[in-house]
Parts: sequence; structure tokens; C-alpha cells
Amino acid sequence: MGKFLLRRMLWLIPVILVVSTITFVLMHAAPGGPWDRDLSARQVDPVTQKMLNEYYGLDKPLWRQFTAYLIGDTNSKGKFICGLICGNLGPSYRQRGLTIQQILFMPPEEKSIIYSRFGYSMRLGVYSLLFAILIGIPAGVLSALKQNTMTDYISLFIVTIGISVPNFVMAIFLIIIFASTLHMVNIVPRSWDEVSVWVLPAVILGFGTMARTARLTRASMLETMRQDYIRTARSKGLAERVVIVRHMIKNSLIPVVTMLGPALAGLVTGSFIIETMFGFPGMGRAYVTAIGQRDYSMIMGTTLIYAVLVALANVSVDMIYVFLDPRIRLE
Amino acid sequence: MAELLSVQGLETQFRTREGIVHAVNGVSFGLKEGETLGIVGESGCGKSVTVMSMLRLIPSPPGKVSAGKALFQGKDLLKMSDDEIRHVRGSQISMVFQDPMTSFNPVLTIGRQVTEPLEVHMGMNRKQADDRAVEMLSKVGIPNPRDRMNDYPHQFSGGMRQRVMIAMALVCTPQILIADEPTTALDVTIQAQIIELAKRIRDDLGMAIIWITHDLGVIAGLADRLVVMYGGFIIETAPIRDVYAHPSHPYTLGLLGSLPRMDETGQRRLVSIDGLPPVLLEKPNFCPFAPRCKYVVERCWKENPPLMQVSPDHTAACWVNPETGRER
Repeated sequence: MGKFLLRRMLWLIPVILVVSTITFVLMHAAPGGPWDRDLSARQVDPVTQKMLNEYYGLDKPLWRQFTAYLIGDTNSKGKFICGLICGNLGPSYRQRGLTIQQILFMPPEEKSIIYSRFGYSMRLGVYSLLFAILIGIPAGVLSALKQNTMTDYISLFIVTIGISVPNFVMAIFLIIIFASTLHMVNIVPRSWDEVSVWVLPAVILGFGTMARTARLTRASMLETMRQDYIRTARSKGLAERVVIVRHMIKNSLIPVVTMLGPALAGLVTGSFIIETMFGFPGMGRAYVTAIGQRDYSMIMGTTLIYAVLVALANVSVDMIYVFLDPRIRLE
Repeated sequence: MAELLSVQGLETQFRTREGIVHAVNGVSFGLKEGETLGIVGESGCGKSVTVMSMLRLIPSPPGKVSAGKALFQGKDLLKMSDDEIRHVRGSQISMVFQDPMTSFNPVLTIGRQVTEPLEVHMGMNRKQADDRAVEMLSKVGIPNPRDRMNDYPHQFSGGMRQRVMIAMALVCTPQILIADEPTTALDVTIQAQIIELAKRIRDDLGMAIIWITHDLGVIAGLADRLVVMYGGFIIETAPIRDVYAHPSHPYTLGLLGSLPRMDETGQRRLVSIDGLPPVLLEKPNFCPFAPRCKYVVERCWKENPPLMQVSPDHTAACWVNPETGRER
């Protein structure tokens, strides 16, 4: 197990390399730069621009900017600044004086890390994942057990909506229903400490995953229900409840767990839109803003964090696998 | 000996898209204490469905036991409440299934699966159940049973798994063991071992066995009586010796002819029965075997023969006596 973990962690290195290369190329291929302003506003004058470029190393050739980001380079004052390998994600171009790691991970004074941008996004992700699992799996199980009944049809209807309606469309609908019409939730909250303001974004973000989980659980349950060992379990005189809980569910969850890795990735990418729509103080919104502003190091840093998160999610899925299915051994 | 189980006029049907499949049509047989009954017939003739219907293990829908009784110690299994039948399953009547590869839950340890019936039926705690399971596993010839309790099914070979299956069926010392083609998925040497094991355990524990197979060779040394099924009907029943000495239905004759014999000298071609098993979509008003029968007479197409006495304790459902080739 330890060896497996170590190897998977080492795999992160090429992943980070590839992701950062692609991001770097795309970022610089996109027109515009960090000092461009809305044409109606006052432009940054050329002298300042030149100074800024020198300060941030943007006057150097692209390959050198890239290696400077990854490994490090001497700055304009001749001092060596270590890059990504030292855990330095670079200075923000727009929020002067702050590094990317400070922007993403530093909470407001005197608070724990869960109040940082990263913390907010993680909490939103965890809540929506919990929603997806805690609703999706029971719904799928129930649907399969009551196949072709009203319960099944209602559940399938909701699942179909969840899979086919994109979350930003659903967000608008739910905002109109619950906020504008029913006034049940406040979508412009003054504080994110209240539980109620989390419900809508978490549910919307998790809805698609919930639907896919429910659908897969249902299919997997139906498959398991037909297995010979279920007949064996019944022939032993076990109560139906025991047959379902002990013999069906664990087997049915194996394919569901496989899906949860990519699902987590879906939650992460989905959060860009949802965070922006709800004005959520998380990493996703910061990312979208950074792209608009061509805040190069911010885009780079956030992308890499997302890449690492997705990779770690997949590793943990592989680990959960071992507990569910004894036939799988991680060597 | 007292009658332990008596099945009377059992009928099972399956609703399918093509129509109603008459899988079991009015099957009746009895089982005495300590007796071994063989049920033989080709695939799809209703052998398994018959015993599964008795224990109400037919998936419903689409399956439905539409008529008949299955009296076990005087009580009708088909009329019991769900709770009552559950307490019969695995404790008084238990089953061994055909494919030991798929009949175990892959994610639970063998120990967990073998002890389950003990906890449910005998109210044992984990420790007692473990001890009993180990005892049973060693009885069926599993080496190091205590260590192997924590292993998963995939860590056992096919033959070993079938032994575990038998141990699991027997932990609660049932009165009836139903073995549904327990050796079909195993290779020949392992088959012989499993049959030896079944005999030894039967003599040890003295339970009755219903052994389902399509192989008349397997059943010869094991069963006391034989029931031959075809197309959902019982077509012949007799003590085992009578079946081999005086087969009274052309189908039984065909089955025997298709067996290779070790005591034969010279060369003989194995005989196969021409044609295909019947489609069970309609309940036939003629003999279901008639289309494939060498002895067929006009009457066979007009009336489905009932089981008729051919000698004491021997019945067959055929209008013709295949030994003479004349109508009875």
C-alpha cells in the first residue's frame, strides 16, 4: 500500500509538468496581457508597463519565463527567486504584494484555513459531494428494488433532468424559484457563515453528480440482484433486508466508486460557474476573474491546484476500491 | 420410512414477452427420510425450476407457482408466510448450486458466508458460529479450515469452493439437501471427489438428498430413486436399478444410449437424441417427446400420456413399451 501511494505521488510530477506546459502555452497564446485595460478606462502608460514587465520578468523570452515559474530565476535586483519546486506559485499581477498561495490559502485574520478561498471551495465541493452520495445512492438502490413502479419512475425522471440540464441552467431556474419568487433563500448573502446560504449552491453543484450516481447505482443494483450469490443468500434463509444490505449494496457500489473520481473532477470544474453565479468567495471565482485579467501566475497556480486535486481524488478512489473489492490488490 | 417431502401437482409458469412459458407442469414426487432422489433431464426441462419453486426462490415476477402443493413434514411450503419459509431455507432444507464460481459473494469472506445461516437459524454468536463453521469445513475436507475462514472466494479453487458450498449448506444439519447440478461446472476428477464427499456426508448425517443432474453416469452410484423429466413433465420414476435395467420411456432409453460405457469392448458410436428440446410456450396436448421419438405411434399425437404403472414402484409416461415396441 505504501509503495503504491509513493508511486502514485511520483506520478504527480509528470502530470504537473504536462499541465503547466499546456496551460503556459495556451495562456500566452491568448490575446491580451495583464496590463491591458478596458478601452474606456485609463490605460497603463508605456513607461510603467515597461517597469512592470521588468519587475515580473515578462521582458524575458517565453522559455525563460516558463523555467522561472517552474524552477526559479534571478529577479531584476539579481536575487534568486525559487519557483514552483519550492512551492512558490508566484506573485499575483493584479493583487500587488500578494503571492498566489497567499491569495488562495490565507484566511482572513484570526480564522482557520477553511475560511480561505481554497477552504471555501473545498467546503462547497464536500457538501455537494455529500449531497450527491447521500441522495444519489439511496435513490438508486430504492429505484432498483422497486423497479418499474411509481417510485422508480419518479426517481428516473429526476435523474434524467439532472443529467440533461446543465448546472448553470438549473441554477437560474432554482434562483428564480427559491430566491426571486419564494424568497426562501438569500442569494446575495452578507455572510457565508449561515448554513442556509450554502444549500442552493451545493445542491445545484452536486445535482448532476447525484443524478449520475443514482443512475449508475440503479443499473449496478439491477445487475447484482440477478447474480447467483444473491440466490445463494436467499437460499440460506436470510431476511430480505440482510440480503439487500449485506449482499447487494457493497457489490453494487464498486462501479459507483469508479465513477466518483471523474465526478469529483466534474464538481471542481462545475464550481467555476456556480461560484461565479453566486458570488461565492472561493477559488473557482478567483480563477474565472484571473482568466479575464490575464493574471498569468494566478491562472497557472489555480490550474495546477485543480490538477493535483483531481489526481488525488483518483488515488483515493483507487484506495477505496481495495476496501470494497478484495479481489483488487494494490501491489 | 416416513415421507419427508411430498410434492403434488406442482406447476410453475414464467411470463415472458413471447408468452407464458410452462416450465413445470403438474410434477409430483415424494422423498422419504434419508433417501436420495435423483432428478435427471436435459437443460431447460424444469429440474431446477421444480426445486426452486418448492423453496419459493423463483424470481417473481416473471415466475409464478400457479398450482400444486409441497408438503414438508405435513406443512405446505407454498402456503407458508415469508418468515416461516425463511426458517426452512438453509436450516431444514438447504441448497447447493451449480456454479461455485458465481454462487459465492465475492466481497465477503468464506467465514462470514458460512456462518450466516448459523446466526440466523441457530441464534449462535460469532464465536460459536465460527467454531461450528470450522468443524464443518474440516468435515468437507478443507485443509487448515481456521485460517481459510478469512479468505475470500476467489482464493479457493473450483473444487474447494464447491466443498465450502456443501459445508455452508450443511452447517445447520438440514433434513433435506438439494444439490442443483453441483458437479456440472467441475472437471471430472473433482466431480468424483464431490460425489464421494456427498455419499460420506449423507451416511454421516443421514439426511435426504435431492440431486439434480443431466448426467445419468453421475447419479448411478448415488441415488436410490430416479425421476426423469422432459419438457416440464415427469416422464419416468423408478428405483435406480430399474431405470438402468428396464428403462420404460424412449427418452430415458435415449439418455442411457448417449452414455459412454467403460465395460464395453469394441467400438460403438455414442447415440444422440435427434431434434431439440421442446419450446414450453404452450402446454402440449400431445406427448412432448413425440417429435423426437423413434417409437412414436398415432396416439402420441392425440393425447399426452400420463404417468402409468409399468411395474410395482415404476411409472412411465409413454403409450409404448420401448422394450417390445408395442403399445401398452
